Amino acid sequence: MNNEQLIINNAVDKAVLADYITMLSDNSMILGHRLSELCGHGPSLETDIALTNISLDLFGQVRMYLQYAAQLKDEETTEDTLAFLRYPNQYRNVLLVEQPNTDFAYIIARQFFFDAYHALLLEELKQSTDETIRAIATKSLKEVSYHQRFSSEWLKRLGDGTDISHEKMQAAVDHLYPYISELCEASPLELEMQATGIGANLAQLKAAYFERVNSVLEEATLTIPENKWTQSGGKKGIHTEHLGYILADFQYMQRVYPGMEW
Amino acid sequence: MKNIANILRSVSDPEIPVLSIMDMGVVRDYSIQASGEVLVKITPTYSGCPAMDMIAVEIRAALEDAGYQSKVELVLAPAWTSDWITEEGRAALEKYGIAPPLEASADKRALLDDERIVKCTNCGSTNTKMVSQFGSTACKALFKCIDCLEPFDYFKCI
Ligand SMILES: [Zn+2]
Repeated sequence: MNNEQLIINNAVDKAVLADYITMLSDNSMILGHRLSELCGHGPSLETDIALTNISLDLFGQVRMYLQYAAQLKDEETTEDTLAFLRYPNQYRNVLLVEQPNTDFAYIIARQFFFDAYHALLLEELKQSTDETIRAIATKSLKEVSYHQRFSSEWLKRLGDGTDISHEKMQAAVDHLYPYISELCEASPLELEMQATGIGANLAQLKAAYFERVNSVLEEATLTIPENKWTQSGGKKGIHTEHLGYILADFQYMQRVYPGMEW
Repeated sequence: MKNIANILRSVSDPEIPVLSIMDMGVVRDYSIQASGEVLVKITPTYSGCPAMDMIAVEIRAALEDAGYQSKVELVLAPAWTSDWITEEGRAALEKYGIAPPLEASADKRALLDDERIVKCTNCGSTNTKMVSQFGSTACKALFKCIDCLEPFDYFKCI
């Protein structure tokens, strides 16, 4: 369907708004791709299906965002060119979501850290002054509530499980914790969008985020890592080497067969 | 207009053939334009629902068979909720072996550890257990009956 009726916002610079929307979609797209790698490889049938369902939800959200962004851009831009034909330094996802599927504990920790942020972000975007963003956020939040429940439950089950599951869960949390600050560090683009009332106020969201994360970690009997140093760069287009490999896989079809359709 | 409604009623979600898109609450509006073209507005159940493109194709085909040119538009707001599934739709789901969604505003309930009572579609027992919140499609959760041991799908509330 190429005929979606989306309400175009005329109050702001369309190119800037399109960049912001693309940025919102990049986190979901890269995490969605990471989860899709688990299709057929989940530790059990139920978790395999759950993780790929979450991936599907995220890609559905990505499509809504990118269809809107494409409408704000020039004639040649489509959801597919935005998804498949950008270079790594043009992606604005946070470093957290590109981290690999090291083991199930890492998958759950990454998911939990992102879901907690994602739900709070969408809660904010439901109040956006942009009508289409508001609609996408309202729709997405229903799905993300289920994601958050899934990842929080597993985090608690593994953290408060056996000695081995606790040890593995703690290792994953320790490894990924330095990446989560970036979620709430506003980039110049995010600050600009916040000022117009379109974007979320990340500084305000930060306190609620860490409160939520730390309380679930505690409930999972995990030790909250001391936040000594943090990793960031994704929002500026400076990524870990993982993103290059993800995009090589993700973009392969469109690079080899340009314009290919199913 | 009644005719249009009947035509739309003949279209179903390819993943749940017993449930008409009208009973599913996917069709938000339909009207005949001045040009004679029928405009149908649909909304997705889940944002990643792969059936939406298929449903749009089937709507156009069904209307064309009846001699109508048509256009299908996707609308995002208000967001679809399982509360829009009609009574007929719920009955059809249950008969098909999918337990219908129980109650409203589940996105809040999903955050709480709220055990709900879902009736087994095979034997009617309420002694059932959720196996996974995520089932065979985005809209379903997987349940198991403890009495007759039959696994079954539950249409999630959103
Ligand atoms: Zn039973």
